This record gives sequence, structure tokens and C-alpha cells, in this order.
Amino acid sequence: MQALSIRGLKKTYKGGHEALKGIDLDVAEGDFFALLGPNGAGKSTTIGIISSLVNKSAGKVSVFGHDLDTELVALKRQIGLVPQEFNFNQFETVQQIVVNQAGYYGVPRQLAKQRSEKYLKQLSLWEKRNAPARMLSGGMKRRLMIARALVHEPRLLILDEPTAGVDIELRRSMWDFLTEINKQGITIILTTHYLEEAESLCRNIAIIDQGSIIENTSIKKLLATLNMETFVLDVEYPAGVTSATLEGFTWRAIDDHSIEVDVEKSQGLNPVFEQLTAQSIQVLSMRNKANRLEELFVNLVEKGRKPQGAA
Amino acid sequence: MASLTYTALKTIWIKECTRFLRIWVQTLVPPAITMTLYFVIFGNIIGTRIDASGGMNGIPYMEFIVPGLIMMSVITNSYSNVASSFFSAKFQRNIEEMLVAPVSSAVIIAGYVGGSLARALIVACIVTVVSFIFVDNIQIYHAGILVLTVVLTSTLFSLGGLINAVHAKTFDDISIVPTFVLTPLTYLGGVFFSISMLPEIWQNIAQINPVLYMVNAFRYGFLGVTDVNIGLALGLLIGFNLILFALAYTLLQRGAGIRS
Repeated sequence: MQALSIRGLKKTYKGGHEALKGIDLDVAEGDFFALLGPNGAGKSTTIGIISSLVNKSAGKVSVFGHDLDTELVALKRQIGLVPQEFNFNQFETVQQIVVNQAGYYGVPRQLAKQRSEKYLKQLSLWEKRNAPARMLSGGMKRRLMIARALVHEPRLLILDEPTAGVDIELRRSMWDFLTEINKQGITIILTTHYLEEAESLCRNIAIIDQGSIIENTSIKKLLATLNMETFVLDVEYPAGVTSATLEGFTWRAIDDHSIEVDVEKSQGLNPVFEQLTAQSIQVLSMRNKANRLEELFVNLVEKGRKPQGAA
Repeated sequence: MASLTYTALKTIWIKECTRFLRIWVQTLVPPAITMTLYFVIFGNIIGTRIDASGGMNGIPYMEFIVPGLIMMSVITNSYSNVASSFFSAKFQRNIEEMLVAPVSSAVIIAGYVGGSLARALIVACIVTVVSFIFVDNIQIYHAGILVLTVVLTSTLFSLGGLINAVHAKTFDDISIVPTFVLTPLTYLGGVFFSISMLPEIWQNIAQINPVLYMVNAFRYGFLGVTDVNIGLALGLLIGFNLILFALAYTLLQRGAGIRS
């Protein structure tokens, strides 16, 4: 069964801005799905419509077979939403926020308290349960929104840029948590600006730009289309040598200790090392210059925006 | 479905009650202080002179104003409770917590109105207790009409506050109605005087003030005296409640001010 099915979804805001131009999208049950796109591409509008915060202009949306127009109550019960911006009452305590949210979904108060304890502990917020939400750090507030979204135990969790502004350590722990709950069977849809995040977590991906889906495939297939990667090599030259020579490769010296090499998939890295070794140049370390997915993303968006007929 | 509705309604009601009880200094204390001042100034100082010339329609002035002052507190608190709470939820966007959940518009309205009703009834009790300091003998003529009037009035102004909050874009927008509409209507609604004291033309104009019917129905419950027909007063209250509920429901269903 599809966790999410979207057909011909359109949204035109008052004032005439066409945010979605008729998108089709399917997310399979159990998937960890990334929805990528530049600012203003239509990601948040799509999520807003799925979660009933935005009224659609046209199209069909169904979640686990429940139609948005005809089975709204059943559809809403399937979804947990972690929005982009903090949207809880800053004066309520952490546990009140989570327990109240469970109540809105019909979870009896006693059970809601038990579940709030479970999720607040899992997200390391239990110690803060009696603190007003406004006293929490940014990272804690993000985790609170995840606990709130999970308390009614949805089958589909939608996260709109959940790690924006979160430090690296916390981001990693959130990734681990999300991976774990995905393994337990919760379908996850994630929008993010961190492409590394999508690459690390997600199996499938859709790229949206200017209200249209321009790519919808698996991360593996998408990365397989990448022909060239750029590597940065930290090198040590022998005495009297200040430069290297690399035949068959496009390369640049960045400074006295580093060079940048463009390597096509068919070439491999061995010839680079062989040529440098022959010149007695030692490679001390090596890294990707840019995130691979980031390059693809930029290419796809630029390609999608090129006027028809342009070379 | 019934269980979902009941639990969601109870949750909103508890949340609303927790809110006004958390800030009790702002919500429950001011009516006690304001009403004490009204009793001292209007009841004690001015009232003794009115009583010297036969009271208000034969009733001691202090007793006459007790129902009106209670009703005034109920109106003000019902309105401001929902207006500020709902607008804050809109402003902080935590109204989205309810919008993403399977909570119907009717339940959202009932939850907010229920919380407001709880505050209004607590405030009514506080003002009644304050009145004991100034009035020796408070009688209840018709408890049923008393309770019905206070519940219907509180519900009506709670619905009004909700509609105001739905349309409001700034905090200033929710203070305009109390200042320019509620206060004049309440002061001219027979809280401090009987409309029979007014010249005939003003008596007729006063008849179009809905607060007049609420204050008089409530006063009838206490003292058994009224300037208006009780049946008409209760009928108007029920009618206005139905109209405002329908309006609030339509606004929430359309997502006015809360959905893009």
C-alpha cells in the first residue's frame, strides 16, 4: 500500500502565485523519503496540504488509502507533522504540550501521559518535562516537536526541515532516532536543505522546483547518474618540486599543499595516485570537494529552469 | 468517533482552564477589585442618596446593581478570554496543533467556549462573594433563569470573542470591540439604572441594546423585577447564540485567518 499518493495537486494562493502546478507523487509504506527543493519550490505547500493546514486548489491526496476530501478524520490520524517553525504554546510545559496533542487525537489522558513519558525519554527531554517550552534551547524545541508528532503513534511522519539550525552532534542523534523509528515501520517524509541528510537517511527522493516535480527516483539511481566528482588532495612535494603534473585529468593547484582533481567515473582514482607516486609526491589526505548530491541537485534545478530549446 | 470528540473537547477545555488559572492575577483578581470599586462608589456613596428617595423602583440601590455588575463581569471576561486565547494560539501558530488533528470545528468552538464559561462562572462567583460585603441580604428569585441567563450570555460573548479573534490580525484588533462596543452597550444596558427612568424616546432606543435583555433577565433571576419581557430576553439570547455559533463554525470550516 502507498503511504502517500498525490495526483494533479495544484495550489494557487490569493494574489495569483502558483505554488504547485499539478504534482504527482507516491511514497511507499515504510519508505524514508526525501523531498528536496530550493526555497519557495513548493515543499512546505505540499506538506501543508497533506496535513490540512493549506487548502488545495485542485488534485487528490490520499494517505494509506484515506482520501483528503472524503476521509479527513481517518487521514489525519495517520499523520504526525513536525513543522519547519516552532508552533507550540511557549507558556505551556513540555509535557502539557505533548499530552494535549495526544488528546486532540482522542488518546485518553492517562495513556497520553504514559506515551509522553516514553517519547520525552527517548528524545532526552524527560528532565525538562515541567519546564515551559520557551525555556528550551533550539535543539530541544525541535525534539519536542518530534515527540509531539509521535505521541498519537502515526504511521506517516512528515518532517519539514527538522534539523535546521541544529548542531552537528544533535543532528546526528536525531538521524539515529529517525532511522530507528523508520526501522520500526513508520514511513518518513523529510524535507531538508542538508543534502547530506537526504543522502544519509533516505532511500527515495523527489526534487521539486517552481511547483513541479523535476526528479523522482531512488537515491542510489540518482547518484549513479553522477559522472564526475571533484577530490581535494593534501600533498607533500619532494625537495625542489613545487608543482605536480597529472596527464588525462583536469586539475588545479589550490595552494602550496593542496590540489583539486576532477575524476570521471570511468577513470577511477588509481591513475592519479600512480602519477603522483611517480613524481615522488606524497598524498597525505583526500576528501570530496562538494557533496555529490548537492552537485546533482544544482544540475537538475538548473536543467529544469533552462528555457525550452536552449542548448 | 464519540470517544475522539469527548477526549478532544475535554483536552481543549482543560487547556483553556489551565491557561486562565495559570495567570489568575490577570484573569480572576481584576474583576474582584473593579467590582469592589463599583460597589463602594456607586453603591455606598451614590446609592445612599438614591435610597433616600425611595431606591431604584423601590429596591435598595446596592441590591439593584449586584446582578448588573455580575453580568458585566461575565460579559467582559467571556469575551476577552476567548479573544485573547484564540488570537494568541493564532499568533504563536499553536492553533495548528488542533488543525492537523482530527478535531472538528464544532469541538474547537465548544472547547474554547467551555473554557471561557468556566472563567465567567468563577468570576461571577467572586463578584457575588464581594457583593456579600456590601449587601446584607441577597435573595434568589428564580435560580433556573439565573443560571440559564448567565450560561447563555457567557456563551454568546465567548462566541463573539472567537469571531473577533479569527478576524484579528494584531493584538490591537481584539481590544477594539471591548472598548468601542461592549463597554458602551453594557453601561447603557441597565446595569446602573432602570430604563423606566429614561425619557420615552431613549427607552425605545435602549430596547435595541441586547445587553439590556441579558442584564434584566439576570436581575429577574435575583430580584424578580425586570424592564423587559423574560421570554423575549431568553428567546433573543438563544437566537443570537445560534447565529454566532453558525458564523463561528462557518469561519473555522473555511479556515478564515488560520488556513492559507
